[in-house]
Amino acid sequence: MTLLKCRNLTLGYGNKNVVENLDYEIHSGDYLCIIGKNGCGKTTFLRGLAGVLRPRAGKIDLCENLKRKEIGYLPQMTTTQKDFPASVEEIVLSAFQGKSLLLPFYGKSLRKRASECLELTRTENLRKECFRELSGGQKQRVLLARALCAAERLLLLDEPVTGLDPESSQNMYNIIKNLHENRNMTIVMVTHDVEAAQKHATRMLNFNEIVQ
Amino acid sequence: MLDKLFFYLDFPFVRYAIIVGTLISLCSSLLGVTLVLKRYSYIGDGLSHVAFGALAIAAVLKVSNNMLIILPVTIAVAILLLCGSKDSRACVKIRGDAAIAMVSAGALAMGYLLMNIFSSSANVAGDVCTTLFGSMSILTLKPTDVYLCMILSATVLVIFILFYHKIFAITFDENFARATGVNVSAFNLLIAIIIAVIIVLAMNLVGALLVSALIVFPSLSAMRIFKSFFSVTIAAAVISVICSLTGILVAILAGTPVGSTIVAADILVFFISYITSFIRNGRM
Ligand SMILES: Nc1ncnc2c1ncn2[C@@H]1O[C@H](COP(=O)(O)OP(=O)(O)OP(=O)(O)O)[C@@H](O)[C@H]1O
Ligand SMILES: [Mg+2]
Repeated sequence: MTLLKCRNLTLGYGNKNVVENLDYEIHSGDYLCIIGKNGCGKTTFLRGLAGVLRPRAGKIDLCENLKRKEIGYLPQMTTTQKDFPASVEEIVLSAFQGKSLLLPFYGKSLRKRASECLELTRTENLRKECFRELSGGQKQRVLLARALCAAERLLLLDEPVTGLDPESSQNMYNIIKNLHENRNMTIVMVTHDVEAAQKHATRMLNFNEIVQ
Repeated sequence: MLDKLFFYLDFPFVRYAIIVGTLISLCSSLLGVTLVLKRYSYIGDGLSHVAFGALAIAAVLKVSNNMLIILPVTIAVAILLLCGSKDSRACVKIRGDAAIAMVSAGALAMGYLLMNIFSSSANVAGDVCTTLFGSMSILTLKPTDVYLCMILSATVLVIFILFYHKIFAITFDENFARATGVNVSAFNLLIAIIIAVIIVLAMNLVGALLVSALIVFPSLSAMRIFKSFFSVTIAAAVISVICSLTGILVAILAGTPVGSTIVAADILVFFISYITSFIRNGRM
């Protein structure tokens, strides 16, 4: 069963195409790992899938009634600013905004979900902290918690373990595996950790072969 | 002193000024946080000059209510500048700052030119000074102006409260918001319109040149002290309202220009918060 379908997809910046005429399907229940050397276009592809970058040509179809609000996304580099005042809790809760909430309050169930995700990434003790004052790895874990909150059917992860200590990255792999096996989450993960990718993934995509 | 104050409060125009001042400073500080964080402060400044140019056009055309011209023109320019990048999805880039400087200085120059050529009033320089620096114009508001201002700022407030979390999500991380299904383009459009409305309203209070001070100072002060978006928003609103009320009252009692007195109060609070954060952290 196809969940995401790229047809003749072309992505790029300025006057340069990074991904050209790509046909690819991601199936529901996949644990897809994307590998490839620096600058070969993995992040660009994921940004395309996430709808952050508009395709130059071609299309990305969301199949099986998949909605954007059911997608969780962990960007590689956070575009957030150094002096942005925001608490960890505010950031994680903002993951629910795709579900078109109009109310100025978050309900109990959403708050509970946010707490669970903070606990999974072991950041619940940071809840009231100021995001800009966290360490790089702590920030990464908070943003992962935000991605987990938003993800219901599909999780797009761009180098989720980069910057994490060994224990945290092991924990991260366990969380992702658990989501994949028990909650039937489809995973698309960009990684340089080929060993772990081969261990966990059900499919691999080598981007070096796609972009020449 | 107090006697004098109560004496003035008996006049309806003073009460109008206080109501309008509170509402406008509330709205401008709320959206000011977003404007500062999105690095759009200089667009706000440019827009206030555009509003001045539109005001000159309205004066030349002698329309019954110059809001009819100022509002649509400012909103249109705001949409062009804030949402105008060709492909807003590819790394959002607003048009270069040169374009904004051009629009802003151009509008100012054309506005002054128009006022000079077509004005029937004997004191053109005085009129221009009034629109640029607000002078006493807030004390000459007509009841219709007050109602219009109240309706517009109430609308802005309601929209802000309803969409507060959406505005936060988009301001913090536009890409993530888009990836998870928030209609970012629509909200950017909404924010642009609201900002234009606030700038036009604020022009009545402090004058075209001082609008950005009203928008930027309270949020910068709040950001020095508070660390979550919610507390910064609330603090900015409180600071802004207190400064505006103080400014208006001092201006009435001491006979100083309203706009610059309000901005002076804002600057004072900014220095206090700067020093507070300096002492607390032992550094910047
Ligand atoms: N915002 C941008 N503007 C212009 N070019 C870009 C931009 N982002 C990436 N590129 C270019 O697109 C190409 C692919 O970049 P991309 O970030 O997708 O690589 P990647 O495979 O994710 O690399 P890494 O392993 O280092 O994360 C690179 O050549 C890069 O120079
Ligand atoms: Mg990358």
